[in-house]
Amino acid sequence: MSEEKHQHVVPYRVYVIILIALLILTFSSVGITSIELGEYTVAAALIFAVIKSFLVLTYFMHLKYDKLYIRVMVGFVFALFLVVIIITFLDYLFRT
Amino acid sequence: MQTTSAVNGANYLTYQGKYKGLLGWIFSTDHKRIGLLYLYSIATMFTTGVLLGLAMKFELLAPGKTIMEAQTYNATFTVHGVIMIFMVVIPGLPAVFGNILMPIMIGAKDVAFPKLNLLSWWLYVLGVMLVLAALLFGNGSPDTGWTFYAPYSFKTGTNMLPAIFGAFVLGFSSILTGLNFLVTIHRLRCPGMKWTKLPLFVWTLYGTAWIQLLATPVVGITLVLVALERIFGVGIFDPALGGDPILYQHLFWIYSHPAVYIMILPAMGAISEIIPTFSQKHIFGYKAIIASTMAIAFVGYLVWGHHMYTAGMSGPAQYYFSLLTFIVAIPSAIKVFNWISTMYKGSINVQTPFYWAISFIFVFMIGGLSGLVLGSLATDVHVHDTAFVVAHFHYIVFGGTGFAFFAALHYWFPKIFGRMYDKAWANTGWLVFFIGFLALYTPMFYLGLMGMPRRYYDYLEEFHSGNILSTFGSWVMVTGFVIIIVNLIRSARKGAPAEANPWHGKTLEWTIPSPPPVLNFETEPVIGENDGPYNYE
Ligand code: HEM
Ligand SMILES: [Cu+2]
Repeated sequence: MSEEKHQHVVPYRVYVIILIALLILTFSSVGITSIELGEYTVAAALIFAVIKSFLVLTYFMHLKYDKLYIRVMVGFVFALFLVVIIITFLDYLFRT
Repeated sequence: MQTTSAVNGANYLTYQGKYKGLLGWIFSTDHKRIGLLYLYSIATMFTTGVLLGLAMKFELLAPGKTIMEAQTYNATFTVHGVIMIFMVVIPGLPAVFGNILMPIMIGAKDVAFPKLNLLSWWLYVLGVMLVLAALLFGNGSPDTGWTFYAPYSFKTGTNMLPAIFGAFVLGFSSILTGLNFLVTIHRLRCPGMKWTKLPLFVWTLYGTAWIQLLATPVVGITLVLVALERIFGVGIFDPALGGDPILYQHLFWIYSHPAVYIMILPAMGAISEIIPTFSQKHIFGYKAIIASTMAIAFVGYLVWGHHMYTAGMSGPAQYYFSLLTFIVAIPSAIKVFNWISTMYKGSINVQTPFYWAISFIFVFMIGGLSGLVLGSLATDVHVHDTAFVVAHFHYIVFGGTGFAFFAALHYWFPKIFGRMYDKAWANTGWLVFFIGFLALYTPMFYLGLMGMPRRYYDYLEEFHSGNILSTFGSWVMVTGFVIIIVNLIRSARKGAPAEANPWHGKTLEWTIPSPPPVLNFETEPVIGENDGPYNYE
């Protein structure tokens, strides 16, 4: 079991870069509301949120350095989430 | 930290740790003690729910008012449903038998996060208290039914908020148990315990844990939205404010359909342990059972709309949900065939757990087949919201999860308490219970087909005879219940000491003494190439 003790040490630099990226993204997602995007406003906000969660999961939550199967599990969860949302909206799409 | 030798001689029931008496239980992080805490709390809530059920049946003995007003009846079925679903069958087998036995079955000393495990139980108790508070304080007990449907749930004058919050807290308890079990099964298997050597009960707990972890947050958020709607009128579900009440049903059933698999999967797992043990034969189709377990856990997420056929969904959504509902029935059927084939040519030892297991298969099949009637669009239009539905889900949830719970209780009782129960009384209890069950719920299929609606305290004269039979059945069943409980409580204290392996099982829990030592194993077990959970001669 000795190899399991092995921990990947992430340099501070990486954390700082990610932090700055997250801050920039946060400010841009606020900033973008001043542009009139019409029906794409929500989409824009969601895209920023997706990128930010991706960064947090990958770096802060160490998915990048973990075993592959953990990444597969997380991916699976998001895929399931997506499917459930799509099915729900199928109902709305066809409502008369 | 204890060493094994320091606690030698004491088993988990007699062992005395930092605290004495009751405190030694409610602050214990031992998975076996926590399992027993759950057993006692769930048994208490089950008994409460049964009494409410009896009261409803008494009311339905004759048309018109018998013992209670309409409003009281509404509150009774709501509280009955909330208790039975959120406090009995959802925690049910995972929290009791999963906690007590799963770590032992995988050769571990405890679950991965023992303190979190204790917290789950505390949250459970807190949730129960909150729901009970809704009954005792405020303007009357909740009367929405256990589904809390919008818009009524934010319009009714009754005391909804504590009940909603209680269900929310119970959800958290469930999520933590799921998380704990997932990590435990991934990380704490003993050497040689490969995924393909895991007992099926553990496999079903694994599938269940995923559902607990991923589906429960949806209902949590939904209940918060109902609370916000009630307090601030945010207008998510309220059509007057541009909201959509059907969205509530979507969100509610996105959780609550997978939740029926939280209830039934561990039940199927327990049955998959009992049948091979009492047939002394390798389980038929081990891998097929695993595959069908995971298939149920997955496809179960995608069929929730079959609860909403008559609610105003769009047509294509209805076809889609009906089709997938039929597909999700297949893996359950696979399991039934596997159990039957396991018994075929086995050397069957008829004992109480086996009686419960085969009656489980019987009622589960009736429940499942009647589910197909509800799953197809045309027939559901006729029977939805009738007594037929009540019969269906009691057959599947009570006859499924409930019977499996009793099966598991009689199977693992000697291991858990170190004593054997009186078998003659146990069999009598089963027989009386089973007959009562059939008499109680079967007439409801007929009544529903004839058009008797559910959730009414009154009915037309033409439904009288069916209801008399049903109410009579409830008395017989409760008699059986009393026999079973009295026998088990007596035996837990005075029964003959049980051997380590009274049923000649092959899974790891039968290799250690009854009751188990505090740390389960003297030395960590190692599973060899040729060992397996069902390797009978
Ligand atoms: C002695 C045992 C029981 C009796 C006599 C009983 C009786 C009843 C009756 C008469 C109703 C229908 C009320 C109506 O629609 O007018 C009902 C509803 C219900 N029962 Fe039971 N039941 C029992 C056990 C259980 C168990 C073990 C479960 C769960 C596993 C359960 C879950 C439910 C649920 C979810 C409802 C629906 C409540 C609602 O409409 O909101 N019951 N029960
Ligand atoms: Cu369903």
